[in-house]
Amino acid sequence: MLRLDQLAVGYGAPRGTVVSGLDVTLAPGSFVCVLGRNGAGKSTLMRTIAGLQGALAGAALLEDEPIAAMRPQARARRIAVVLTERLSSPGLTVDDVVAMGRSPFTDWRGRLSADDRALAGAALDTAGAAPFSGRLFDDLSDGERQRVMIARAIAQTPRLMVLDEITAFLDLPGRVETMALLRNHARSSGAVVLLSSHDLDLSLQLADSVWLLDGRGGMKTGTAQDLIAAGDIGRAFDTAAVRFSARLGRFELVP
Amino acid sequence: MTPAGNPELRSAIGTGALAIVLAATALFALGWGMIAIPAGEVFAALVGEADPMNAQIVTQLRLPRIATAIVAGAALGIGGVLMQALFRNPIADAWSLGLTAGGQLGVALLVTAAAFSGPAAIAFLQSFEGVSITFGAMLGIAVFALAMASLARRVGTITLLVVGLMLGFTVQGIVSVVIHFANRVGGRVFSGWNDGNFAGVQAADLPMLAIPVAAGLVLAAWNAKPLTALLIGETYARSLGTDVARLRRLTLAAVVLLVAPITAYCGPVTFIGLIVPHFARAIAGTARIGPLLPLSALSGALLALAADIVVHAPWEQHFLHLNAVLALVGAPIVIALLVFSPTMRGQG
Repeated sequence: MLRLDQLAVGYGAPRGTVVSGLDVTLAPGSFVCVLGRNGAGKSTLMRTIAGLQGALAGAALLEDEPIAAMRPQARARRIAVVLTERLSSPGLTVDDVVAMGRSPFTDWRGRLSADDRALAGAALDTAGAAPFSGRLFDDLSDGERQRVMIARAIAQTPRLMVLDEITAFLDLPGRVETMALLRNHARSSGAVVLLSSHDLDLSLQLADSVWLLDGRGGMKTGTAQDLIAAGDIGRAFDTAAVRFSARLGRFELVP
Repeated sequence: MTPAGNPELRSAIGTGALAIVLAATALFALGWGMIAIPAGEVFAALVGEADPMNAQIVTQLRLPRIATAIVAGAALGIGGVLMQALFRNPIADAWSLGLTAGGQLGVALLVTAAAFSGPAAIAFLQSFEGVSITFGAMLGIAVFALAMASLARRVGTITLLVVGLMLGFTVQGIVSVVIHFANRVGGRVFSGWNDGNFAGVQAADLPMLAIPVAAGLVLAAWNAKPLTALLIGETYARSLGTDVARLRRLTLAAVVLLVAPITAYCGPVTFIGLIVPHFARAIAGTARIGPLLPLSALSGALLALAADIVVHAPWEQHFLHLNAVLALVGAPIVIALLVFSPTMRGQG
């Protein structure tokens, strides 16, 4: 269970507070999409919830424990992160990368037990990355690498997965598959899966609930239908040239 | 299991094979030189049963030099693995990023300061020569390492490398001026220093060389797991529970411990730290730091020893320096890395 308690995220001056007053509770097994325009604070929020950056006020709590107060190793055992950054790691194999998901659980030498190996293998299967086993990570395409990074996060057996714009480099079938597998993983593992994305229509179709950053420091939460019906999507995304049509469920050009 | 093979198995076989080849090469090197000594006589000398003349050549002249080459090669090889992991840069190493130059500058300044401070300082420095020049090198390397680590946050891989090489040339210029003033104190230290040289180390110096290196090895092994996590990027490493700031400090400390005594006693030994990690990765079939440490130590030692064997060939009248030999092997490899490696091509 993930709970935000009056959480405010952001930076020191000059950027200051980005989003504040967040009060949400998510049940285990939830698949939640975080939406908002560029600069609305998606990444800042994701990093803060993942414990990679401090909160300005309030707290994010995982199973009633403040994430910011967790020791790094304890946090790594419960929270996994996938980012959009393009990595180059010459010489690392796919199996090395996935096995790193077990590193919060291994001894100081990082030796894998039979259980660790089994979990890493199962994670490769779950993420659809099993065919890449034995290859060099750098030889994979962007989409394939992203699957391996998801497998690594699954191998970490987290209670919370934070995935920041990971579908950015994927083609449409890749995006649908990735989001579907994450939703299934949330269901089957009971982990909370928090995914920020620019894929508005996919997110609205697949998410159990949506966190919508309005770009003015606030956030609306609810099911896709509720947010569409209340006109919140339009308020967050409409520009002079483009607007969200609640009737069509997609954007249209302003005539 | 896979086309790449099992990295554990490959590392174990590679480590064993390298250890055997290194031992055989070391025995060969003990018999090799202006005066050829047969292998049987080398054995006899090592257990104290040889002809006194041969025994003296083997144990007093050649053994310290060969032990130095092995320790130095191992230290520089591991230093290279640490630097490449820390900077996430396949051509990083203590020499290419100018840390070795920092160490030279530290020693040169220390010796100059003593030379200008009068006889008491000179006498003090001479009686604690090993400790003080190693300390001077550590200080210089630490300062340059921190500077390069902070520069690495702002510039690209190639820029960093060029800055490092320029630092090396600058320091070489400074050192040649300094040596002129400091010869009274630093004569032995500085002989052949700019070319790299394993022959200046005497048996009594070996502990001062080996103890910091051993400490650096322990620190490297202790940090192998978090350094492996750092290979996939700083944010991922943090998300896996790594304290990245602490890891940086410990890794730089290990590099200082490994490289400073070598720089102090042998001068700037080039290329070993830069190319050895690439051999090790090719043997292991992985970039995980754990398996790379023994492989790099052994291949570094082997490379250093092989270069030293060429330098001391009986037909050779010391016109080939250690660094000239290393450059003949190392420079083409670095050029190939820059030109053919997909990760290096096109980087600023």
